[in-house]
Amino acid sequence: MKVWASHLAVVALLLALGFLLPPYHATNMARIMVLAVFAMGYNLAFGYTGLLSLGHALFFAAGIYAAGLPIWHWGLGAAPALILGLLGGGIVAGVTGLLALRTAGVSFMIVTLMFAQAGYLTLLYFNGVTGGDEGFALPASGRMLFGADLSTDLPRYLTAWALFSATFLATLALVRSRFGRVMVALRENEERARMLGINPFTAKLAVLVLSGAASGLAGAAYGVLFGYAGASFATIQYSILPMLYVLLGGAGTVAGPLLGAVLMFALIEVANDLTSAWLFIVGAVLVIVVLFAPKGILGALRDRFFRGLP
Amino acid sequence: MSLLEARGLTRHFGGLRAVDGVDFDLAAGEIHALIGPNGAGKTTFVSLLSGRVPVQAGSIRLVGEDITRLPAHARVRKGIAYTFQITSVFPGLSVFDNVALAVQGGRGSARDLRGAVAAALSRVGLEAMASDIAGTLSYGHQRLLELAMGLALQPRVLILDEPTQGLAAGEIGNFKDLVRSLVPEVAVLLIEHNMEVVMDLAHRITVLNFGQVLARGTPAEVRASPAVQEAYLGA
Amino acid sequence: MAFGPFLLLALMEGLVTAAVLALAASGLSLVFGVMRVVNVAHGEFFMLGAVIAWFVTGMVPGPAWLAFAVAVVVAPLAVAALAALADALVLKRLNYDPEATIVATIGLLYMLQQAALTFYGPDARPVAAPFDLRLQTPWFGYSGYKLFVVLAAGVVLAGIWALMTRTKAGLVMRATQVDRDVARAFGINVDRVYMGTFALGAGLAALAGVLIVPITQAHYLMGGDPLLLSFIVVIIGGLGSLRGTLVAALVIGLSDGVISMFFSPTLAKILATLLVAMVLVFRPQGLFGTRSP
Repeated sequence: MKVWASHLAVVALLLALGFLLPPYHATNMARIMVLAVFAMGYNLAFGYTGLLSLGHALFFAAGIYAAGLPIWHWGLGAAPALILGLLGGGIVAGVTGLLALRTAGVSFMIVTLMFAQAGYLTLLYFNGVTGGDEGFALPASGRMLFGADLSTDLPRYLTAWALFSATFLATLALVRSRFGRVMVALRENEERARMLGINPFTAKLAVLVLSGAASGLAGAAYGVLFGYAGASFATIQYSILPMLYVLLGGAGTVAGPLLGAVLMFALIEVANDLTSAWLFIVGAVLVIVVLFAPKGILGALRDRFFRGLP
Repeated sequence: MSLLEARGLTRHFGGLRAVDGVDFDLAAGEIHALIGPNGAGKTTFVSLLSGRVPVQAGSIRLVGEDITRLPAHARVRKGIAYTFQITSVFPGLSVFDNVALAVQGGRGSARDLRGAVAAALSRVGLEAMASDIAGTLSYGHQRLLELAMGLALQPRVLILDEPTQGLAAGEIGNFKDLVRSLVPEVAVLLIEHNMEVVMDLAHRITVLNFGQVLARGTPAEVRASPAVQEAYLGA
Repeated sequence: MAFGPFLLLALMEGLVTAAVLALAASGLSLVFGVMRVVNVAHGEFFMLGAVIAWFVTGMVPGPAWLAFAVAVVVAPLAVAALAALADALVLKRLNYDPEATIVATIGLLYMLQQAALTFYGPDARPVAAPFDLRLQTPWFGYSGYKLFVVLAAGVVLAGIWALMTRTKAGLVMRATQVDRDVARAFGINVDRVYMGTFALGAGLAALAGVLIVPITQAHYLMGGDPLLLSFIVVIIGGLGSLRGTLVAALVIGLSDGVISMFFSPTLAKILATLLVAMVLVFRPQGLFGTRSP
């Protein structure tokens, strides 16, 4: 119960921030929450199940385009577009997983990287349909949700908050369920899990589909809330981003992805006053976290103080 | 009909005939020991039974059903449980979670997860340690946890690979009582080097040598067999 | 232009690509083979080679060939030193854990890219070829420098081959590749072997960057394509197999030259990346893979 209470407090705090923050920071916070949804999806695969993927940009982009293209070409509304994004990410992750999950470790990383790269190049190749490198702006008709205009501050924040909260609490429920226990078992010792009657392939495939669905939802939300879709969302940078948030905040913790995203945004914001070299900061944080805090911030705190933290 | 039946089971690694045409029957409710010198193929043989190593030739039947091509996890769900020679619990998880994983993956429907875990833990005497992290347990307790995980699978056949290795003399006595209490609901296949444990527990013994069956029978018969004495007991 | 010369041109361009690729990919292959480290920053070492060559040729007075000769020596050495530093400060502390080192080299990639952007700038800049020679036949003409690149790459690769198979250093590297604990037990200084291997791999990438810069110009983002192509070559050739890497570089380089000339280069890249993924899934030893170096 304490666990649920503390996580619900995070959700409530974020809701309050929507009404307290000035517009510039509110927009940033909305962006953070959407990217945290992406990172939470990534965390299911990497943090809980031990599947280190370098191709999650593919699932994020699948969500953006599954939502964005019907809006652009056929004038679809935001609500069905978000659902399409969720499905798009899940389906693409399922197909990828069917092949990639025959490998493990370094091979799995490279296979997912290659699939994502092929996806990115495919978006460029069919630029007549996808808008290619330049992408496209989502028309206003596709940015209306239940009568609210998502290009305005408060509706945008509240939509991001709702999607974040749903994913956040669903993750908490999942990792505390029987299946959550199986995920951790696969991460810790796959062969032992197999000898307890667990089918590693189907279990990992299910995780990857869930992870891809969350990533796709995040992608769709990003497109709908901020009004732009482009092939750059399928580049390797967008595979590294959720990994960075998860590593920094704490892999295999429910709140780690949010914490990592907030910290990275804050860091780049502060550094922006000093230098424009934000890529350097991303790189340096990756190296420093891997070297000195491989379990991330919440992971280190859990080891020391809160043993039961999910 | 025997519970578990293997016919002509074969597995070669390169030129090495690890298991070479072995016939084997495990009867319901028996404790059957598998012995033989180092490298005789005992571990490979039970790996074939449990599905960890694919069979090259021969067949395996469980209660008459052909399971030769079934993957390992599916065999576990059919009721063949394997406990590892080297203790292989999940060190980062609690004792409860370790056993809960076995309950979830096993044969029972496990509606009452907590009850099933508690039952398996009390069977081996670890009920007080349910919330401990498995990696912090003593070696003897980890072996008991391993056994509890095997029991929680609710198996028909429980394969124990060198279960007494590394246990203190006092712990071995408790362990023997525990294994005896499992039959006749479960049939136990035991790989064991400790002859005292084998002679004391086993109803029947199969002796492997160079991947083939050298002898088979009651402890008394095996002890009396000149071939076994020559190859193995060294008497 | 008639078809014959056109195809010959495509093959020549492919041969140049193959030569440069073989250099860069053999560096990646060496590092993976000996250290089991997938160096994602490999393309940035290539880029740094080109960028440093631009700085060096700008600073050295005198004829173009002299400035370029200095760059050929200085740039790979500087990059190798940087790689050795990265090995000591980062990779060694990670105990060469395969997954952690990938994450760390991704970080390194970003840092190097940003450093190049900050100190070198966003523009593509040319470096003069060391000599201006054009081979001309009545029906076909070709740049002498490009032929020089092919020749130079061949000589260096032959040198690497000899190093690995004929020298004590190569023997030590191969021993470490087979089993680092056993190598250590036999008194091999594994840390030094790893540092040397990582520096050598980076130096090869940098040399490839120097050789290509008179043809393509130096740019801070130029490391992406060689990284991807090197990956493709190393995986199709069989992870860690130097011989497979060379064969694959030739195949990929030539087919890239020909396919890009007749079809869309994007389509060619899509097919190549998918091929890599499929090779890893269904034939992890590579298409030409043998286990020997």
